[in-house]
Amino acid sequence: MTHVLELENVDVFYDQVHALSDICLKVEEKDFLAIIGPNGGGKSTLLKTILGLLKPTSGKIMLYGKSIQKSLGNIGYVPQFSKFNRKFPISVREVVHLGFLKNKNSPFAKYKELDIKKADDIMKQLDIFHLKDRQIGQLSGGQLQRVLIGRALAVEPKLLLLDEPTASLDASAKTQIHEVLKGLNKEMTIVMVTHDMSAVSTYVKNIACLNQKLFYHGQPLLTESILGQVYGCPIDMIAHGVSHRVLHKHKEN
Amino acid sequence: MLEEIFRYQFLQHAILSAIFASIACGIIGTIITEKNLIMMSGGIAHTAFGGIGMGYFIGIEPIFGALVFSIVAALGVNKIHKKTHTGEDILVGMFWSLGMALGILFIWLTPGYPPELSSYLFGDILTVSKMDLYMMIIVNVMIVGIVGGYFQQFKAYLFDEEFAAVIGMKTSYLEKIVFILIALTIVILIRVVGIILIIALLTVPTAIAKEFSYDLKKIMILSSLVGILFCLFGLFISYLLQIPSGASIVISLVISYLIICIIKNKIKKGKLSI
Ligand SMILES: Nc1ncnc2c1ncn2[C@@H]1O[C@H](COP(=O)(O)OP(=O)(O)OP(=O)(O)O)[C@@H](O)[C@H]1O
Ligand SMILES: [Mg+2]
Repeated sequence: MTHVLELENVDVFYDQVHALSDICLKVEEKDFLAIIGPNGGGKSTLLKTILGLLKPTSGKIMLYGKSIQKSLGNIGYVPQFSKFNRKFPISVREVVHLGFLKNKNSPFAKYKELDIKKADDIMKQLDIFHLKDRQIGQLSGGQLQRVLIGRALAVEPKLLLLDEPTASLDASAKTQIHEVLKGLNKEMTIVMVTHDMSAVSTYVKNIACLNQKLFYHGQPLLTESILGQVYGCPIDMIAHGVSHRVLHKHKEN
Repeated sequence: MLEEIFRYQFLQHAILSAIFASIACGIIGTIITEKNLIMMSGGIAHTAFGGIGMGYFIGIEPIFGALVFSIVAALGVNKIHKKTHTGEDILVGMFWSLGMALGILFIWLTPGYPPELSSYLFGDILTVSKMDLYMMIIVNVMIVGIVGGYFQQFKAYLFDEEFAAVIGMKTSYLEKIVFILIALTIVILIRVVGIILIIALLTVPTAIAKEFSYDLKKIMILSSLVGILFCLFGLFISYLLQIPSGASIVISLVISYLIICIIKNKIKKGKLSI
């Protein structure tokens, strides 16, 4: 069986910095994978490498058994930090519509009626429909974040990569986004970088612990020793509010 | 003046070139403003001076020299910036003065002082030739055709390059096309306002248009119209008062931008106090 995503012995360097070392990871269809790990652990780097924005120095990445260049347009991406100019003359609705441009290299590209309707539905789902005509500079951080999620959904991807999508959202918005993702997960595979342990415990199917190396990949049952290895410190900093399912009781002999 | 327009070809050329220059400016000016390429464009324009000097030196039409130099500068800065970690503005600064230095050197090497040199530096819309006009028409057709035809793609690329790449757009092509179009625009503007004043013509109409719209397409169209209006106005003033046309166009543009800003501020304050 071909996996949605397959990484084999992937190494990534930024000049001297060895950001990812020997990563092997297989993601199955309809998985909801959370990537956790400390700051600087290489989570964003991993997503960018999967997207082809960074070139691995060695190793192989396959999407549906093909190289990334051939599967662009199948992936939706919500970046952790977006580099665009917030003053750019573009409205919320137009940003969401950009997702429909996937693999469109023909001139005079027009959006179909159906696409426009879909975009409206996506905006309603994310609670940003009333903002649709706003210029994107006139949004709050959390609202902008939802617009970017909307844009990624408009791609209608088979694989959705999200880099800390709920970092700037309030508690109810977080739950709302996680619920939306849970619904989407019926149709697509989701890989999400997050520091939100309560989301990990309630929503995701598998987790991957990343700190330069991949320390753990499997069900969200973590032992203290794995967490200690990944975070390199006692886990009580992340143990707050973590349900028992995530933080597996360390068995004492 | 109307009668003279029908009588004198140079005035007809001047009016047509004001219109064509403004259309190119409106579209490309919006692109460089939104993509933060203003200094880059200034650098390309000044590098073109090297080409003008070279034109005089080897005895070809200087504007063709400018064309070669500005395209090489545009693509060169982009390429070196990607290959090394040198900041773009450092490279722009370097090309900027290198181009000027080469121009000075070539002109020094050429016997005699080239008579129309100042028209390249400061522009002279009243001496635009038929060939210049043809060049403007070709560049305008290219710009309107390419940017108009691939408008959605350009919008995606200008707004967020990373996302455009992720959804499978050929961003490296789009980037090269943008740089070549900037270089071409600069070359046709050299005849109208001159190397030194180009930046104003590229940025002020867009700045004025941005006061009135948040829509990329509208900003492009509006800044083209604003450009046409003020180029013709500046041309009229220059003809009337017998002052240099490049200067009168740029000065009227900047003054009207300031007036618009002041009026807008007044209106805003008025609204607040009510
Ligand atoms: N552009 C860059 N140039 C050089 N080094 C970088 C660059 N981006 C990231 N790094 C380094 O690569 C490593 C991984 O960074 P990355 O951004 O992937 O971490 P992360 O897990 O996403 O962290 P966070 O939780 O803070 O988002 C870090 O050591 C970082 O210093
Ligand atoms: Mg990160």
